[in-house]
Amino acid sequence: MSNDSTANRHHGTNNKLTAVLLRFAGTMNLAIMLLIVIAIASVIGTLLQQNQPYQDYIIKFGPFWHEIYKSLGLYDVYASAWFVLILTFLVVSTSICVIRNGPEILRSMNRFREDIHERNLLGMRHHKTWDSTWSVPELRSAFSDYFRNTGYRTRTMEGKYQVTIAAMKGHANRIGYLLTHFAIIIICVGGLLDGNLPLKIRTLTGDARIETANRPVSKLPEASVLPEDNRSFRASVSIAEGATVNYAFINIANGYILQKLPFAIEVVDFRIEHYDSGQPKSFESDLVIHDPERPEPLQKTISVNHPLQYRGYSIYQASFADGGTTLDLKLHGLHHSRPATINITGTINEFKELDTPEGHVRLELEDFRRFNIFPAEEGTGRKFVNFGPSFQYKIRQTDGTAREYVNYMLPVTVDDRNYFLSGMRTSPNEEFRYLYIPVDENGSMGRFLRYYSLLNDDQKIRSIADRAAEATLENSSVEQQQFRSGISTAMTLLLKLYLDSGFSGISRYIREQIPAEDQQSVTEAYLKILRTVLEKTYVSLLEQETEGPVIMDEEDRLFLEEAVDAIGSLPQYGANFVLELESFNHKQATGLQITRTPGKQFVYLGFLLLIGGVFLLFYVPHQRLWIMLRDEGQSTRVVLAGSRTRHRHEFNREFQRLTGEFDRVLKQGS
Amino acid sequence: MNTNSQLLFDTPQGRPFLSRLGVTDWLWALAIVAGSVYAWSLFRENMNYYEIIILGGTAVAVTGLGWNWRSVRPLVVITAVLSITGIFLYDGNLARVNDQFLLNYILSSQAAIMWMSALFVMATVAYIAALVSDSSFTGKVATAMTWSAVVMGLTGMMVRWWESYLIHPEIGHIPVSNLYEVFILFCLISALIYLFYEQRYKTRAMGSFVLVIISAAVAFLLWYTFDRGAHEIEPLVPALKSYWMKIHVPANFIGYGCFSIAAMLGIAFLIRGSLEKRMPGSPIVARLPSPGLLDDVMYKLIALGFAFFTIATILGSLWAAEAWGGYWSWDPKETWALIVWLNYAAWLHMRMIKGWHGKLMAWWSIVGLFVTLFAFLGVNMFLSGLHSYGEL
Ligand code: HEM
Repeated sequence: MSNDSTANRHHGTNNKLTAVLLRFAGTMNLAIMLLIVIAIASVIGTLLQQNQPYQDYIIKFGPFWHEIYKSLGLYDVYASAWFVLILTFLVVSTSICVIRNGPEILRSMNRFREDIHERNLLGMRHHKTWDSTWSVPELRSAFSDYFRNTGYRTRTMEGKYQVTIAAMKGHANRIGYLLTHFAIIIICVGGLLDGNLPLKIRTLTGDARIETANRPVSKLPEASVLPEDNRSFRASVSIAEGATVNYAFINIANGYILQKLPFAIEVVDFRIEHYDSGQPKSFESDLVIHDPERPEPLQKTISVNHPLQYRGYSIYQASFADGGTTLDLKLHGLHHSRPATINITGTINEFKELDTPEGHVRLELEDFRRFNIFPAEEGTGRKFVNFGPSFQYKIRQTDGTAREYVNYMLPVTVDDRNYFLSGMRTSPNEEFRYLYIPVDENGSMGRFLRYYSLLNDDQKIRSIADRAAEATLENSSVEQQQFRSGISTAMTLLLKLYLDSGFSGISRYIREQIPAEDQQSVTEAYLKILRTVLEKTYVSLLEQETEGPVIMDEEDRLFLEEAVDAIGSLPQYGANFVLELESFNHKQATGLQITRTPGKQFVYLGFLLLIGGVFLLFYVPHQRLWIMLRDEGQSTRVVLAGSRTRHRHEFNREFQRLTGEFDRVLKQGS
Repeated sequence: MNTNSQLLFDTPQGRPFLSRLGVTDWLWALAIVAGSVYAWSLFRENMNYYEIIILGGTAVAVTGLGWNWRSVRPLVVITAVLSITGIFLYDGNLARVNDQFLLNYILSSQAAIMWMSALFVMATVAYIAALVSDSSFTGKVATAMTWSAVVMGLTGMMVRWWESYLIHPEIGHIPVSNLYEVFILFCLISALIYLFYEQRYKTRAMGSFVLVIISAAVAFLLWYTFDRGAHEIEPLVPALKSYWMKIHVPANFIGYGCFSIAAMLGIAFLIRGSLEKRMPGSPIVARLPSPGLLDDVMYKLIALGFAFFTIATILGSLWAAEAWGGYWSWDPKETWALIVWLNYAAWLHMRMIKGWHGKLMAWWSIVGLFVTLFAFLGVNMFLSGLHSYGEL
């Protein structure tokens, strides 16, 4: 005798609910759109590298697009006005949502709606009616038990002929909704507090000035220095071992602002420890905090993942750099007939003025690395190799142009042969191109340098060429003998060309001076002549060294080949000297990040609420059921209705199971 | 009125949870607690406060998991037995792998992971065969293979953990530290989540879709092993030396796993839709999972994935606060995690509040997979940032 109705009718309260829901949807659409816009903006921020020097962007995009991108704030998307505006909008929208729904949600948690009318129940999507032969009290106690046993809270209203049981469970779901959205609000607000927005505003109003030039700290204008009482910042500073510093730099836009600290940080030591394989194992700094408010200085070692928390400031191990290593260098002059080697001492980050035969240059020592770990070549059985110490420097001409170099202190093994490597590039965007200087038996570049200077010694070359020409023509006829001086001259000229411009110079010469049909044969002849003089000169050098006759062995041949290659690339090397690192006194600097984040507590609280809220929302369904029992004399009319805020599909199924179960029992009675 | 029959409703799951637990449930809890306490007693000198908490939390989680899903009990027990056997056979000497048959072919991490890979691929084939041929026996075989793959993969991870300490105590670390290791984790977690829903909904029809993405991950893993030698155990870079890694990474991969499966179900949904249109009444269409089921499971997976991804992102943020000096740095990896999160937040709002479902949501979950994939792989490959995770 059951009476199904699945029609979906709208009545009274339901209509209101729909209207309210519609309004909800309005703001939610906005929120979803904002979410998507934030997602897209975030994508831009990751595809375009943020906060790089403006020069890099100009090189990459050209001045026109650079200006447009700059004005759109694309170089610092997450701090740009429009991004912050969207975030603010999101916070506002979510706040409105919470404010509008919050009180109602809290109130409704204890509102059972036991006074609901029958027609409202029949208007619900999920309802069913029965006519049962059980009595009202019997049914009432059975349903009450059932609800209690299945985790519902109930409230019952008794009328004269009618009893209504209103049951409800999962009200925590509604709290989940409040928690998640409230969490979003405080996370955003906390994040805005800690971000560099306040500083941005100060720079826009002119209250603070971004310094773009490299100036000594003491010479910074007042407006570029933030006092100690700044409550929120994120700054970094590089401190050399042994140095003490009471400030840090906030990097912003294309420059920086100095942040003063109420205490001084002394760096006693910075250490990099390595695994056996050579990879870094840990970065550690021994710090001493000197604080006027402390009787004793505070000693503390920090490392990656183990920062120091001090008076609301956090001090992190962020990076490292050279702190002014001193280098003992040998400067080997090239392009001289006499090997000229002078000793110089320099310090990283300092300049040295040098007078060379080709003019005045400035040596700018830029960086020193004690270890250079690279992936090993295949088949060596090791994953990594350590190329040992290297240093990087620029040679700046008087016209301001500079080339950058990197030299390795120790010979590097490539394909089983050892070389001194010196890399050169003309701009920081390029890869280094390397000069491979072969290593002699003494493990030095001495023989290469002597060979090179011998090649530059015109007199000696002339006599070597003469002898070589003579030897070539020894068994020739008398007429041919007259070519002797011609061959000798060709040798010296070709050598000169090679020394000045390498193989490419010789082939250019042939292209320009020799008729096309002869080029092939002339090239062959020239190369043969060049090879002869290079080899004879090398033998002569060896004879000088051993003071006796020499027969070149395999090792000598390889060395000669490598030396000739290196000499051929010297014209592109762009420097008339090679620097060799004799020894160094390593001094490092630790890179610290120092932050103050008063918004962190809010954000962390938000995190907690968010996690709690999400689980409540997903895993605690909020649902209501009503049973209305009415004595109709012969029988009892039973009305069951239910609603759930979400998960309609699940509720459909659950309601079906419920009505199936009630069917079984209620039918039993009749 | 009626008096002789009883007015009694059946109240499934009516009793409070704890009182529903039986003797075996308590034995299970006891076994896990005993195992954890034993592990603690062995390694306590090397464990810090946080690691003890993580161990305790793991014990609670595994106990709860076993209470709610009985099938994980044999999984845990068999994995434990195999892992301990492997550790025992090593006897403190990594070179044993060469002369111990069992280690060389089954229990060393490399061998176990190869077994896992093979089993996952075979399971994929079996699921598809079961779907095409409508053979329930083949389906059972597919399920058994998937379970076995999980056993072998988990064993491989546990043994790898031990092996890393055998290389050198200071190199030892939990195997969730590079792309190779997290791909294994991804396969295992995805398979487990899938198996849960297979049991829950008593259907194997989803397997042919879900296992495809696991097989794809296996293919990547094999390429990564044989072409790049990525299976070598590497020491940790300083930034990864943190207890946060132990919880951040697995939480993340529960999220990734759920999102990936949801996308595969989205594909199943669309394929079914188009097949239905093109050849209505075909038996194969009838054997595919029903649209209602797909829609439902897809939603549940995204909700579960979202919950864990939320936790993972928050843990990542807490870790970043400790390692990089800020809980949010807009580093590309972080930012992409936010993008993934926002995407699924929008998905869930539409589904929960607007009740959107069907084709559009299926497409959206597939798009979600690409967003997730970029966050997981693309960021490492194309963008530079603070994350030191495996570059390709
Ligand atoms: C990302 C930040 C979020 C924003 C901007 C946001 C925004 C909104 C907005 C504007 C509404 C409409 C409320 C109204 O109009 O009264 C809403 C509803 C809702 N949101 Fe969110 N939300 C966010 C995150 C979340 C999260 C993380 C969850 C949980 C997983 C969530 C779950 C819900 C639910 C369940 C509703 C429906 C409330 C109801 O009507 O019962 N939201 N959200």
